[in-house]
Amino acid sequence: MGLINKSIDDLHTMLVKKEISSTELTKEFLTHIKNTEAKVRAFLTITEETALAAAAKIDEKIAKNETIGILEGLPAALKDNMCTEGIATTCGSRILENFVPPYDATVTAKLKEAGAVLVGKLNMDEFAMGSSTENSGFFPTSNPWDMKRVPGGSSGGSAASVAAREVPFTLGSDTGGSIRQPAAFCGVVGLKPTYGAVSRYGLVAFASSLDQIGPLTKTVRDNALVLNAVAGHDPKDSTSVPFNKPDYTQFLENNVKGLKIGVPKEFFGLGLQPEVEKVIRNGIQTLQELGAEVEECSLPHMEYAMPTYYIIAPAECSSNLARYDGVRYGYRAEADDMIDMFKDTRAKGFGQEVKRRIMLGTYALSSGYYDAYYLKAQKVRTLIKQDFDKVFARYDVLISPTAPTPAYKIGEISDPLTIYMGDVYTIPVNLAGLPAISLPAGFVNGLPVGMQLIGKHFDEGVLYRAAYTFEQNTDYHKEIPAFIKEVG
Amino acid sequence: MAYDDKYEMVCGVETHVEMATKTKIFCGCSTEFGGEQNTHVCPVCLGLPGVLPVLNREVVNLAIKAGLALNCEIAEFSKFDRKNYYYPDLPKNYQTSQYDLPICKNGWLEISVNGEKKKIGITRAHMEEDAGKLVHSGETITTSNSSGVDYNRTGVPLLEIVSEPDMRSVDEVLAYLEELVQIMEYAGISDCKMEQGSVRFDVNVSLRLKGSSEFGTRTETKNLNSFNSVRRCLEYELERQADILDEGGAIVQETRTWDEGKGMTLSLRSKEEAHDYRYFPEPDLMPLVIDRKWVDEIRSAMPELPAAKRQRLQSLGLPEYDAGVITSFKAMADYFDAALEKFDDAKTLANWVMGDLSGLLKANSCSFEDSPVSPVQLAGLLTLIKKGEISGKIGKTVIEEIYKTGKDPETIVKEKGLVQISDEGALEKIIDEVIAANPKSVGDYQAGKENAIGFLVGQIMKATKGQANPGLVNKLLRGKLAE
Amino acid sequence: MKISRKEVEHVALLARLKLTEEEMNQYTEQLNSILEHAAMLDQIDTAGVSPTAHAVQLYNVLRDDEVKPSMDQEKVLKNAPDAEDGFFRVPRIV
Repeated sequence: MGLINKSIDDLHTMLVKKEISSTELTKEFLTHIKNTEAKVRAFLTITEETALAAAAKIDEKIAKNETIGILEGLPAALKDNMCTEGIATTCGSRILENFVPPYDATVTAKLKEAGAVLVGKLNMDEFAMGSSTENSGFFPTSNPWDMKRVPGGSSGGSAASVAAREVPFTLGSDTGGSIRQPAAFCGVVGLKPTYGAVSRYGLVAFASSLDQIGPLTKTVRDNALVLNAVAGHDPKDSTSVPFNKPDYTQFLENNVKGLKIGVPKEFFGLGLQPEVEKVIRNGIQTLQELGAEVEECSLPHMEYAMPTYYIIAPAECSSNLARYDGVRYGYRAEADDMIDMFKDTRAKGFGQEVKRRIMLGTYALSSGYYDAYYLKAQKVRTLIKQDFDKVFARYDVLISPTAPTPAYKIGEISDPLTIYMGDVYTIPVNLAGLPAISLPAGFVNGLPVGMQLIGKHFDEGVLYRAAYTFEQNTDYHKEIPAFIKEVG
Repeated sequence: MAYDDKYEMVCGVETHVEMATKTKIFCGCSTEFGGEQNTHVCPVCLGLPGVLPVLNREVVNLAIKAGLALNCEIAEFSKFDRKNYYYPDLPKNYQTSQYDLPICKNGWLEISVNGEKKKIGITRAHMEEDAGKLVHSGETITTSNSSGVDYNRTGVPLLEIVSEPDMRSVDEVLAYLEELVQIMEYAGISDCKMEQGSVRFDVNVSLRLKGSSEFGTRTETKNLNSFNSVRRCLEYELERQADILDEGGAIVQETRTWDEGKGMTLSLRSKEEAHDYRYFPEPDLMPLVIDRKWVDEIRSAMPELPAAKRQRLQSLGLPEYDAGVITSFKAMADYFDAALEKFDDAKTLANWVMGDLSGLLKANSCSFEDSPVSPVQLAGLLTLIKKGEISGKIGKTVIEEIYKTGKDPETIVKEKGLVQISDEGALEKIIDEVIAANPKSVGDYQAGKENAIGFLVGQIMKATKGQANPGLVNKLLRGKLAE
Repeated sequence: MKISRKEVEHVALLARLKLTEEEMNQYTEQLNSILEHAAMLDQIDTAGVSPTAHAVQLYNVLRDDEVKPSMDQEKVLKNAPDAEDGFFRVPRIV
């Protein structure tokens, strides 16, 4: 129980001091995974063999007293939409059930380079489309705080596994809130970095102009350590930005004095559960009491973010997912001719939500509707971005709830539009390409509530500073789901 | 009745040119032709889940260069778009291309048909990726139960050049295509190896009544890969359309394919309804901003293009026809220019290049690039003739010898003792012998039969194995006969 | 703007999705409700607003024309549902 709850720093120190080996550490986590998975079901693949082999190599280094990196020898897991050479990458979809990539995603390569021990691939909504992980083509994942509830999504496996202490850290991807919302639902820290800060090469695309990979961790410091390892310019990704990557831990100071915080009133509107609002208002007050300057502000076009997103994302997805046709990889339905093979393969290989979005996106791009939908949405996207530019001239950070409600029950919501509404506070951030973090800010009926901090482009540092300060002065992140103590 | 008695054709052509880069447009795979199937393929051009494209700088450079060579405006802001359609040779089921903001637009090139010059408009030229290749199990796509897909060509950079519908005869179309291909080759945009499919044409053609100013309904025949196919295809398609119109029918606007074996165009209608390509900006690529400096750099490195070369050759005294023949193949023109550096009589050089050398190469199925007679050797040979060291006739023997042995002309002339005899004393002796041996011809000449001298010269040349200096022989002979 | 059942059929063909009767009906209804929601974008005047394709703007992201190794044929075909003689095999095309 003690080990699995430790921070990255503590685990690293134990390895360096040879109090434990990477192999022992990895085995410990694998055992815990086995004990918890029957309930949580966060993993799609567990790579015990390769993990132990990798750990053994690092143990050799440690035995020779070679210096090891901060993540070296520590177990980690990836959302199953990040390519791993030789390890199945399904994207939570039946259509990719048997797909084994011949290459590593840049983030995979970077984590390997940093010496992280990959113990498995994590469940997700199919092709990252969804907010509950119920859209996984395989099985739903449970929320460690209440097994009857969803962990959020689409990076539900990434959040649930950290919350269940199955791994010290994971990576997720966020197109409209898919890191932050599950982080909020599972009571962990999740960062969506600035668009272009982390390479998308090897991340199976959902909506290319919105997708971004980021870390999910127990604490803010852990988060900064993982971002250190995965961020940076990648020449394989044309949308990756050449920027001077800082050491993100330098921003971890317990001090928000003079920090200018804007509270956009549009993020506290209809649909926000009053108990959740109370948690967030308390959180804001905490930061204010610690010296931050708080002011209400306005982002007038925010109500249009949802419809804008639900045109742009499906349009891009309809094209990105065209390649799943049964010719080169993945599932194929047998048919006499090409068109039927394509149609059957895709009909059987994709789940309902994916098909719905492909249909929506295809329609939005089709002849006669392009201007009315896609082009219009791209123009509104400009207005949304400009709203943020304006408020960021005055504030360092914006604060909002991450999601309007805590985790709901599995199967509770089936209407797509209602589910989409749950992303209303996270979506605008992706449209503007901004960094945002969700961190534990309290509980409602025993369920975690996440607070979202939004920053300027490439100003992850200020988010870490504010989040770290909040974390140092509160205890929400120290709470652990009750069942872990039972399996412990 | 031929179609052009009654109708006028209107034709525009889309030309796909494979650009001469080392690597594909969006990945580092080689563009080399002819590898074993599916061996010039990587995760990116195979469209594996998660991969991303990165644009090859050289593709942009070549596209700008092509645009300048075709008198186009180079767009300051240009971007890529996705053209969405399903086909098994297209790994992502979309083609990354350019839609509303192509890199080049509003250009032209000049053609000459029967001495009349005409400008053909270039609407646009844009960059895109090539698709893979399908190999059918049966004879044709329609008779095959299955097909194999080879993705080696997938992602090879293409420049699609779209002409205005400015062409009004098959000859104009051919002249346009020949000029275009020459320009692409001269500018180094493409190797233009037609037999390897480096250049493909989609031909849009329609008919209208003579005198009408409205366009008729057109058909598009795709993927023609030689000038000859274009000519035959157009001749067939125009007759086909004329027959339909003559019978009061209507042309269906459609895509057709050319069946080389049958010599006819065939409709390509499939199960799928009309295409809807759903173009939208490629989100995995960032736009291009091309400034003056970039364009100027490329402009300053532009090689001489065919039209300029033709003009220069004419200014050196070549007839228009000769200039046209020599520039029609870049290798020939390059050869000519290389030889011209060492031998400045352009007309004589042209005669030899177009005549004896071309003949030799043709007889041996050899190209100018691989000519065993180097430009320097040819220039050396012509210099020997000009200086009078060998006769033109001997020159013909020498060039064959160079071709066979690779030896320099000077060496051959020396080794074989082919040097022209210009020694007056030696010649006089031979002339005296010939005069003595041919009293009848001498008498004829002296009686006023001028052409009898030809026979005597021939005898002298024979006696010297052609090595006598013909001018000198003539002068000396006449002198002696006048005595 | 209402999307008709017939349009849904056409879109399904464009997207290469074979849909059941039930799915057709369901998608017609759901797409309409999503598009109805999207119609609120019409309220905004976007005249003179340029579209945003990327939130972070970069230009001229280019690589050098240098050959990198390709994959072995075996590796290329490894995930193929059907392959023969070095080719991906597909059923009858037309």
